[in-house]
Amino acid sequence: MKSAPLQKLVITSARTWSFPDLRELWSFRELLMTFIMRDIKVRYKQTAIGILWAVIQPVVTMVVFTLIFGRLGQLPSNGLPYPAFVLAALLPWQLFVKALTQGSMSMVALGPIMAKIYFPRLIAPVSSVLAGLIDFAIAFAILILIMLWYGIAPGPQVLLAPFFVLLALCAALAVSLWLSALNAEFRDVQHALPFVGQIWMFLTPVVYPASLVPEAWRWVYLLNPMVGVVEGFRWSLLGGPTPALMGMVVSTVVMLALLVGGLFYFARYEKAFVDRL
Amino acid sequence: MTVAESIRVEKLGKRYRLGQLEPYRTLRDTLVSLATRRERSNPPKEIWALKDVSFSVRRGEVLGLIGRNGAGKSTLLKLLTRITSPDAGRIEMEGRVGALLEVGTGFHPELSGRENIYMNGSILGMSRRDINRKFDQIVDFAGVENFLDTPVKRYSSGMRVRLGFAVAAHLEPDILVVDEVLAVGDAEFQRKCLGRMNEVAGEGHTVLFVSHQMEAIQSLCTRAIWLEQGSVARDGPAGEVVPDYLASARFRESETLSGRVDRSGEGRIKVTLIDTDDGAGRPPRTGAPLHIRMRVEGEFRRGNDEALSVRIAIRDSMERVVTVFSNEFVGVDLRSDGSSWIVCSVHELPIVPGGYYLDFSLRVNGLLEDKVFRAASLEIVSGDFFGSGKSEHLGFFHVKQQWSMAQ
Repeated sequence: MKSAPLQKLVITSARTWSFPDLRELWSFRELLMTFIMRDIKVRYKQTAIGILWAVIQPVVTMVVFTLIFGRLGQLPSNGLPYPAFVLAALLPWQLFVKALTQGSMSMVALGPIMAKIYFPRLIAPVSSVLAGLIDFAIAFAILILIMLWYGIAPGPQVLLAPFFVLLALCAALAVSLWLSALNAEFRDVQHALPFVGQIWMFLTPVVYPASLVPEAWRWVYLLNPMVGVVEGFRWSLLGGPTPALMGMVVSTVVMLALLVGGLFYFARYEKAFVDRL
Repeated sequence: MTVAESIRVEKLGKRYRLGQLEPYRTLRDTLVSLATRRERSNPPKEIWALKDVSFSVRRGEVLGLIGRNGAGKSTLLKLLTRITSPDAGRIEMEGRVGALLEVGTGFHPELSGRENIYMNGSILGMSRRDINRKFDQIVDFAGVENFLDTPVKRYSSGMRVRLGFAVAAHLEPDILVVDEVLAVGDAEFQRKCLGRMNEVAGEGHTVLFVSHQMEAIQSLCTRAIWLEQGSVARDGPAGEVVPDYLASARFRESETLSGRVDRSGEGRIKVTLIDTDDGAGRPPRTGAPLHIRMRVEGEFRRGNDEALSVRIAIRDSMERVVTVFSNEFVGVDLRSDGSSWIVCSVHELPIVPGGYYLDFSLRVNGLLEDKVFRAASLEIVSGDFFGSGKSEHLGFFHVKQQWSMAQ
């Protein structure tokens, strides 16, 4: 016989602005893991070369960018070998942009399941954002090989690298929360995403160092939360000039504001989500 | 909420907007409608899919929800399972809710049977430990031992359904909510499901059950709520509510037959009403007489003495033809003599209880005059076919039989 008191639940029609129930999300952590594993297992099913795609994408991008921006464009790279310089930025960038794409589609992708069973809707964007970590891990192994090749040893600041990865994930989640909600109602998001991703990359110091941006524009530039993430991650692994603390703080604050706002927006909209689908 | 209650629903309402042609909006549409908001003459129509619904369910009660399509049954389940949220009223529930609105929710065709058991189990709210503990039982129930590592896309649809139900059947919620899952799968499988639900109910769990199969409702539920246009039409013992509901449903369906346009044939004469009962105004039941009365209108009534041939096919919920009645089979001549009713009577109905449909065709002098598929529904309720006091209903038909011992 069960002796534990039965959990009590009250459902009302009240529609108020509230923060998502994070404790409830935690109690569903097993389901979160299940969705992440499902994402990863399914991603490269029925492809000829499977997980190799996770290797090819960053490597080919690195080679092409090195040829075009490094050789032809002669862009500066903080005195670092250009391939290492650009790959170290591509890692957090691709983590962000893939997580953003998957996260934004997640509500629609999991819609059929959500129409049949209840779980905290937040699981959808969170799980697809986290599922991107597997590709990130593979690309990270390549970066280590490149660093060995060029004989680059990271300094003590390497300990900060996980922090920048976390920031990239949070930034992706923040934007996904807004866009996944929007995408359920306006499929325009789906069409705009690839395009926005491209433009955004050039507004982020991936192929060039942030120092290239004129001082007068720096403050606008820093509103892009990925500036701090990409510069910070690259610095933590490859060294080079220390990024300005002020820039880091601004990027982080903007990101946190987006994230908290996104959580509120999402919590309000998730109740009506199934009806709008 | 009193101690013995496990669900309490108060003045519950759910509103939907009508008239949205597009399944989703594009930004452009919204901008256009913002710009033209002033001139918009007719705001989107709203309907209340549920309105003012109140009831409470005691712990351990097995409650059936019945009603026609669109009466609000599924909406109510979606509110109780938190899939969508209400626009009015409140729900209080005590205990873990397990929802089974679909068999195999979240199955991924590329993943193996084993992976999908874990997938589906955790979507339904089981912990990994629960699933590990019950894994063998689940596999056994589904009968898929040899295909555990085969991707589910290679499964037959029957196997997929069995696997899905097997997982769900091993949930142990305090409140189990089940929607029409019995509509899938073969008769054998349906019986297995019903048996399992009986067990769950017997263990003192609260069960809410939606079905169009009145037989299932009657045999499983102690109480039934009949929803009509989003409100509670009746709430009471299943044995009372179900016959009332059937009587009203029969009335409505016979009423609409004359207006049906999905019919074929010359159409000089038409069947405008089909009525079924046990010859005494009660719902047809296994072992009792069955009377099918068809009202015919048109030139037929002038008494021009032509040869009629009538066929009535009975189909089960899986669309299988269970049997066909025809005056030709039994060698009875029917002439158009001016009467307005054709009557087919069966002395002892051998068909097992369940939901069936009637198709009919009517020929005059060999020429097809009228034919309608699913012209009427036929709900057969449980009865004592053998006169033995037992109402065991296995298979499709009962056959009279003798038993003895012999040397």
